Amino acid sequence: MEPLWYGIVFGMLAVYAVLDGFDFGAGIVHMFVARTDTERRTVLAAIGPVWDGNEVWLIAGGGVLFMAFPRAYSAYLSGFYLPLMIVLWLLILRGVAIEMRGHHDNPLWRDFWDAVFSLSSTLLAVVLGASLGNVVRGAPLGAQGFFAMPLFTDFRPGPQPGVFDWYTLLVAGFVLCLLTGHGALYLVWKTSGPVQERSRRCARHAWRSAIPLWGLATAATLWLRPQIFNTLFAAPWRVLFLVVMLASLYGVFHHLAGRSELRAFLSSSVFILTLFASTMTGSYPVLLRSTLDPAHHLTAANCLARQAGLQVALAWWSAGIALAAAYFAFLFYAIRGKVIADDDGPGY
Amino acid sequence: MNDGVVWHRIQFAFTITYHYLFPQLTMGLALLIVAFKFAGLRRGDEQYHEVARFWGRMFGLNFGMGVATGIPLEFQFGANWARFSNFAGEVVGQTLALEGVFAFFLESTFLGLFLFGEKRLGPRGHLAAALALCLGSWLSGYFIIVANAFMQHPAGHELGADGVLHLADFAAFVGNPWAAWQYAHTMTASVVTASFVVCGAGAYWLLMGRDAPHALICLRMGIPFGLLATVLAAFPTGDRQGKLVADDQPITLAAMEGLFDGGPFAELAIIGQPDVKRRSLENPVVVPGALSFLAYGTFGSTVRGLNDYSPEDWPDNIELLYYAYHIMVGLGTLFILVMSAAAILLWRQRLQQSRAMLWVLMLAVPFPYIANTAGWWTAELGRQPWVVYGLLRTADAGSPAVNTGNVVFTTLGFAGLYFLLGVLFLSQVARGVARGPTAAH
Repeated sequence: MEPLWYGIVFGMLAVYAVLDGFDFGAGIVHMFVARTDTERRTVLAAIGPVWDGNEVWLIAGGGVLFMAFPRAYSAYLSGFYLPLMIVLWLLILRGVAIEMRGHHDNPLWRDFWDAVFSLSSTLLAVVLGASLGNVVRGAPLGAQGFFAMPLFTDFRPGPQPGVFDWYTLLVAGFVLCLLTGHGALYLVWKTSGPVQERSRRCARHAWRSAIPLWGLATAATLWLRPQIFNTLFAAPWRVLFLVVMLASLYGVFHHLAGRSELRAFLSSSVFILTLFASTMTGSYPVLLRSTLDPAHHLTAANCLARQAGLQVALAWWSAGIALAAAYFAFLFYAIRGKVIADDDGPGY
Repeated sequence: MNDGVVWHRIQFAFTITYHYLFPQLTMGLALLIVAFKFAGLRRGDEQYHEVARFWGRMFGLNFGMGVATGIPLEFQFGANWARFSNFAGEVVGQTLALEGVFAFFLESTFLGLFLFGEKRLGPRGHLAAALALCLGSWLSGYFIIVANAFMQHPAGHELGADGVLHLADFAAFVGNPWAAWQYAHTMTASVVTASFVVCGAGAYWLLMGRDAPHALICLRMGIPFGLLATVLAAFPTGDRQGKLVADDQPITLAAMEGLFDGGPFAELAIIGQPDVKRRSLENPVVVPGALSFLAYGTFGSTVRGLNDYSPEDWPDNIELLYYAYHIMVGLGTLFILVMSAAAILLWRQRLQQSRAMLWVLMLAVPFPYIANTAGWWTAELGRQPWVVYGLLRTADAGSPAVNTGNVVFTTLGFAGLYFLLGVLFLSQVARGVARGPTAAH
């Protein structure tokens, strides 16, 4: 049961990263790829029907974490209290911006919400990227299974680190580039004309900067937490993670140049999924590392809920996720094709 | 105010009270929208569809606010109540996960289709989308109620040797008898809010002398739903809820009623201010025996008073609990009177001429929100000093590692952000109502 629920929780969060990742990315490039009002409405219409459903993966993943690993849920959320609240505020502001922008014709009103949308998307990518770095680096978990962490201390990933140190900032920078490229590829797929052309350029630049940052972040992780790589490559077949990542990275550039837009976006989705999956496979069975004492690590074994409840949960979870997958397939089918901003219809 | 738990309580109470201003409308309104659309299809009357579209836009605005203010709550259980989450997560986490997987995915998929897809889906497909939204929001309500019912009256759990709760019986947990009555009471109360809002807008348009056909459609649908819901909220759902409190949380009942000295023929306080220090009710106006009858079925039944219990087991804010409860009950009774009067006028076809009644309906709109809020405060303050009744005290449920300074800072941040949201929301609602039911979008 331990690897199963570990996989379910982080699998849901990985899907969240891919899905909300592309609409964060669309937000990051919003101001650059869309200049006129019609172009900006095109970007919003491209993510409009899906962004809310994408966010549900975070909520549902959080709920499953709460149920399956209650100790990890309470340690994470109380320990990362302040960055969590900042993420929540940004998510709220971003949602409000998307929904409010179209309600008035006033150009100042629209510029304001465009900027809020773009800025909150950018900051979310940074904070969520730093969170990933925090999970890899660990937190000063004590014997009670709790910790407190300020936003920053001395910017070093030592025993009493802050949310932001050089390592988590490096990961945040990498994630920012990655999601920028990912979102730009989504827009390349869903739009046409000047927005698509600018998104294409944006995607190329973002992915080109992501590669060296990926190398740096990997090297830093290897130096800081070598055990992750030991675990990851403990079985020979797991070299596949690396093969898939390199292949999907090649796919991004190849399909972007070859104008197979959907394939480029799918390649980038596979890259993010595999990046997430390999990080979590390497961390297994640790849910959160203690920087003070390995005895205080929160692990799949010492956090997992009892069998009886999880067996019932596995039954309804499987049915529920099958339904959710069907809704998503239906939704993406219903909005298939290129987005055209409707000049006088309802919506964005 | 050095005790961190106080700030966690203030923060959580604020964010959850604010959040529930929106779902209490959308759950009931979803049902009314389905009714408008269904009637429109049966009668082949385009005006019903226009009314449904107008309320669909209002639904969208409220739903967006509900989502935006609901996301924090999913994570605040862990952030503000880490020890509670450790203790009860294996049980309560089930319903939060169920809600995410079964309700939120459904709602988020069909919301966009419902709001923007009427042309593409056709009339029947659009009705199906409205039904899916209604189902999603009512399911979501049930899961949350099950979580709350567990905290009020734990069922289906076992306390392990490791000191935390484990789920022992899933069916007993989701079939908690408290959940059934709490759900029925909450959902009828949600329909009360939705009916008053729909009637309020209809009354406004009639008083302004505009959009009369649409306004009458709102009133003809809102008043019967409202009458039924206001009655059901009191009896049997409110009554049965009260009897559960009497049986399972007798100290809470005494505190809600301001009853210090118990005994047979216990009196029901209509007016009076509790003076907890002197353990008495100031200038009481009471109905003798009524509390015994309502709680246990006969006038001679013994109802125990607060003096029968140790003060450390009393709810820790008896005054606020007492008023929250009395405000809910008082308003609930007035709602039945208002809706009955409106129904009689509607039935005798004199509602349109009765400007006084229309004024009452228009001005009544805020009050179901107050009653719903007061009802939830009654449930939550009444459960104190426990967070999980009889098992974990609120004082032991907070997050030990969180610095109170952070909680104060983020409480102020939420206050500011939610103020901004409220201003934006109200301005959009006001604009929507002013443009009326026939505006294009």
